[in-house]
Amino acid sequence: MIELTRRYGFPAAHILRQPSLSDAENLTTYGKCANPNGHGHNYGVEVTVSGPIDERTGRILSPDLLDRIFEERVESRFARRLLNDDEIFRDRVPTAENIALVIHAALADEVAKRSSAEVVRVKIVETRHNSCISGALS
Amino acid sequence: MVRITRAIDFSASLRYARAEFADEENAALFGSRARHHGHNYRLEVTLRGEPDPITGMVLNLKDLQQILDDEIMARFDHRDLNLDTPYFEKDPPSPENFARVIRRILIAALPDGLLDRIRLQQDADLWVDVVEPEP
Repeated sequence: MIELTRRYGFPAAHILRQPSLSDAENLTTYGKCANPNGHGHNYGVEVTVSGPIDERTGRILSPDLLDRIFEERVESRFARRLLNDDEIFRDRVPTAENIALVIHAALADEVAKRSSAEVVRVKIVETRHNSCISGALS
Repeated sequence: MVRITRAIDFSASLRYARAEFADEENAALFGSRARHHGHNYRLEVTLRGEPDPITGMVLNLKDLQQILDDEIMARFDHRDLNLDTPYFEKDPPSPENFARVIRRILIAALPDGLLDRIRLQQDADLWVDVVEPEP
C-alpha cells in the first residue's frame, strides 16, 4: 500500500464555546480556550491520499492539483479568519477534532471529483502539544 | 510485536522525464519538475518483529545501518537519479516511484519479513509511505 502526504498550514483564530452551555460551564469545559475574545494557532494540516499510480506521470495525485484544491477549499476559507464565523462551525465547536473532520470532508469530495485518488486521512496539528487525525491509520 | 525505525538523510538531483518524450513534451507534462533540480531526502525504514531474546533487538542496528549505507547511501547520496542510477530510464523519479524502487531494494537486502514500512520524505512538506501488508 502506498500513500502520499503533503503538509500545509494556515493561521486562524477560534473560540471554544458551546452555545448550549452557560459561560461558567464553558469555562469549566474548555478552560482558557473559552476566552470569548478568541485566540489563535498556526494550524498544520497533513493531507494523506492513496490510490493507483498513474504510470505515465509516476504519481498518485499531482501535488500541484492538491495545492490548488487546498487553496480553494481550506486556505481561502479558513486562513486568517475566526473559524467560529464559518457557517459549518455555527452548530459545532471548532475543536481540533471538528476541524479535522470538516477539512477531511471538504478535501475528500473535491479530490474524488478531480482525480482517481482518495483522501485517507487528515491530521490537524493545532500546537506542538496536540494534534488530531481523521480517517484510517496505515 | 514491536516496530523499530532508523532514518538516513541523503541528497540527490533529478528531473522528471519520460524517455519516449521530447524535452518540450516532458516540460508540458511535468512543469518545473522537468528541470534539473534536487532534494534533501530523508528515508525512515521501519522494521517489525520480536526482539531477539539474547540481544533484545529485532535486527542489530549496526547491521541495519550497514545495509542502508551499502544499498541506499552508496547508490543515491550525491548522485543524479536519472544519470547515475538505472531505475529512472523509463519512469520519472517521482517520490512514489522512488519509494517503490527503495522498497524493492530493501526487500531484497533485508532478512525476510522484517520490513514494515518506509517513509521517503522529499522535503519537510511532502512524503510517501509504502506499508507492507500484515503477515
